[in-house]
Amino acid sequence: MARVVVDVMLKPEILDPQGQAVQRALPRLGFEGVSDVRQGKRFELEVDGPVDDSALARIHELAESFLANTVIEDFTVKVEDVKAEAGK
Amino acid sequence: MSRTPLDTVEHAAGTPDVELPWAELGLKKDEYERVVEILGRRPTGAELAMYSVMWSEHCSYKSSKVHLRQFGEKAPQSDALLVGIGENAGVVDVGQGYAVTFKVESHNHPSYVEPYQGAATGVGGIVRDIIAMGARPVAVVDPLRFGAADHPDTKRVLPGVVAGIGGYGNCLGLPNIGGEVVFDACYQGNPLVNAGAIGVMRHEDIHLAKASGTGNKVILYGARTGGDGIGGASILASETFDDAKPSKRPAVQVGDPFQEKLLIECTLEAFAEKLVVGIQDLGAAGLSCATSELASNGSGGMRVTLDDVPLRDSTLSPEEILMSESQERMCAVVEPEKVDRFLEICDKWDVIATVIGEVTDGDRLEIFWHGGKIVDVDPRTVAHDGPVYERPYARPSWQDALQADDANKLPRPATGEELKDQVLRLVSSPNQASKSWITSQYDHFVQGNTVLAQPEDSGMIRIDEETGLGVAIATDGNGRYTKLDPYTGAQLALAEAYRNVATTGAKPLAVSDCLNFGSPEDPAVMWQFAEAIRGLADGCLQLGTPVTGGNVSLYNQTGEAAIHPTPVVAVLGVIDDVARRTPVAFQEEGQLLYLLGDTREEFGGSAWSQVVHDHLGGLPPKVDLERERLLAEILISASRDGMVDSAHDLSDGGLVQAVVESALLGGKGARLVVPDGLDAFTFLFSESAGRAVVAVPRSEELRFNDMCGARGLPVTRIGVVDGDAVEVQGEFTLPLAELRTAHEGTIPALLA
Repeated sequence: MARVVVDVMLKPEILDPQGQAVQRALPRLGFEGVSDVRQGKRFELEVDGPVDDSALARIHELAESFLANTVIEDFTVKVEDVKAEAGK
Repeated sequence: MSRTPLDTVEHAAGTPDVELPWAELGLKKDEYERVVEILGRRPTGAELAMYSVMWSEHCSYKSSKVHLRQFGEKAPQSDALLVGIGENAGVVDVGQGYAVTFKVESHNHPSYVEPYQGAATGVGGIVRDIIAMGARPVAVVDPLRFGAADHPDTKRVLPGVVAGIGGYGNCLGLPNIGGEVVFDACYQGNPLVNAGAIGVMRHEDIHLAKASGTGNKVILYGARTGGDGIGGASILASETFDDAKPSKRPAVQVGDPFQEKLLIECTLEAFAEKLVVGIQDLGAAGLSCATSELASNGSGGMRVTLDDVPLRDSTLSPEEILMSESQERMCAVVEPEKVDRFLEICDKWDVIATVIGEVTDGDRLEIFWHGGKIVDVDPRTVAHDGPVYERPYARPSWQDALQADDANKLPRPATGEELKDQVLRLVSSPNQASKSWITSQYDHFVQGNTVLAQPEDSGMIRIDEETGLGVAIATDGNGRYTKLDPYTGAQLALAEAYRNVATTGAKPLAVSDCLNFGSPEDPAVMWQFAEAIRGLADGCLQLGTPVTGGNVSLYNQTGEAAIHPTPVVAVLGVIDDVARRTPVAFQEEGQLLYLLGDTREEFGGSAWSQVVHDHLGGLPPKVDLERERLLAEILISASRDGMVDSAHDLSDGGLVQAVVESALLGGKGARLVVPDGLDAFTFLFSESAGRAVVAVPRSEELRFNDMCGARGLPVTRIGVVDGDAVEVQGEFTLPLAELRTAHEGTIPALLA
């Protein structure tokens, strides 16, 4: 079994009201020095079988058509080593 | 990122041969040549950006202007009109010192690309138009049109649009009180997302967008400027979609309703303290539009330093800053000694506000960037003197054949059983079915002043708690009627909205319109447009309801196929005491049902012809505006004097649709008798205009009949409110439970 991570972020030119709200809250809470915050989504997909090119292509397709709204969002797909994660 | 050297006015004058991307920005060759002629040199990049967005169809109305003039030329005398066409929104006197401003606009193309944000920012834009007039927004309405209800793409677009409207409006705390939802395959690749808003103010608080007084400061406040929808006005709204070139789709604007709420409160507080000389919201064409319109409506010129504009993205070029359509921004002109207080108020509401320029005594709009002058224009040439086209128009060759394909000749139901079957099909068809699955996603009652909301004939809001003064608004449009006959179709839309307002007991006062059509470069479309405007202007003159403003949306088409011509008409009315309103729902068993008006065999463009025969042909119902006016007077009097307990206007779907709706909403059935001289089918399904059905308490029967008789309105007793079924004597009986399943199950089954 392997884990594939899809990170979805608003495109850089798109307004991110949530990120802005976080950024505005930081100095109020005493955290200085952060000039911008953008908030995204992370999906962790547990995949049956080997993560080969065809599996990745399928995940790419599902990310593009379902997980991300590509009119306003970009996404990246990466494979994570589950064992290394568990051993931490 | 920044070009070297900066394309200043001086640089442009010295480099006349530099080629600029005027065609990519949507300008035609002769339009670009006119810019060069006006300036006496080639424009700078920034000037070209401004001219291109301001001269786009969306901002300049270059194809529609010559026809829109009729709304002014044929404007009826009206004491109620305080501010007419040309401002951000028209203003109407509703009595007791109150004024109401209202307007409908389109956000069609953005809502197809990104349904949620497109629809949400549509609400945001129309609300800013209202606050720019100095009014507090009190309600929104949303006339929507989508492709076929069972098409997969409708399932993408509709839920997004509905969620966007609901999300933005609910966050602002504005009740959504009206609108429509219509399905037709012609809107498949081009849904119509129109948004309307109503605002209330005292007479003395009306504000107009202008920049006067040398030395006054220009303040930009609200959200930071980012790369949202750059060129949206000229490219997104003016060119037909082309699937082959997705890269042409510019960045979508994303709205932030909480920022908009702050903008409302901050703007109204500044108005209340009389800190504002002129104000303009930033919508399509952003700063290009706001600066050039403010400057050209005032007496002097304006100087703006673009470096002072707060940015979300520091890499933006000056052209992009001028064209950006970032949402939730406004521009105010403030006297120098009041600037500090204005900024203080903005700070209190956590709204970023920056002085970006000042009013000058010249007549030029000058914009600076990094110390160089990048714009030096006469603002009037940007804002008002754009190109005006007398587009060729011609009655399409297929119009005669369409009108000859008479719907009155379609096979009709022969037996009671067939009638019953077709009634069920009608009330469960997507266009006639209950839309509560959609409208219940909006907040109808926030603020506690909503008197009526969907599915009533008009939305109604109380504006004075002491006296009960209220306003009503209805929006209507029927693309099928308008396709059959644009002149009559536009008048039918007006007549229906007018009738809907009167049915609830309010007196119609004024009109706003959102004119959705295909490409003006197609002579057939241009003919539809010209005819519809002529019809609407003639109709408004005859009804005494002036057009106070509105919006034109052209290029609504996919490839060569234009949408049905769809003028959406909003009528605003006033009611002295909202306690006197008339609802749609049957109130009490035993009350007598009367049909007001004349019923003729009119099935062209009808819901019946669509549902049963999938047919569109023939002529739409006839319009008699004098009759509409009389009917409205009767309905208003009957409401005021308590002579009717419920009333429902008759429109698409005819009498049976209206009776079924009233019965289901009231939970009470009706026994109907087909009147002499009519056959059951015509009685139930005809869509003759100028009609309503009312429920009269027995105690008022005499008085009501006398009133109609004295004024010459045909009135026919057709039955009684009774039981738990809709029964047409001698034909069929349909239990309410069966009708309810049919009427309320359709939309959830398709979309939920």
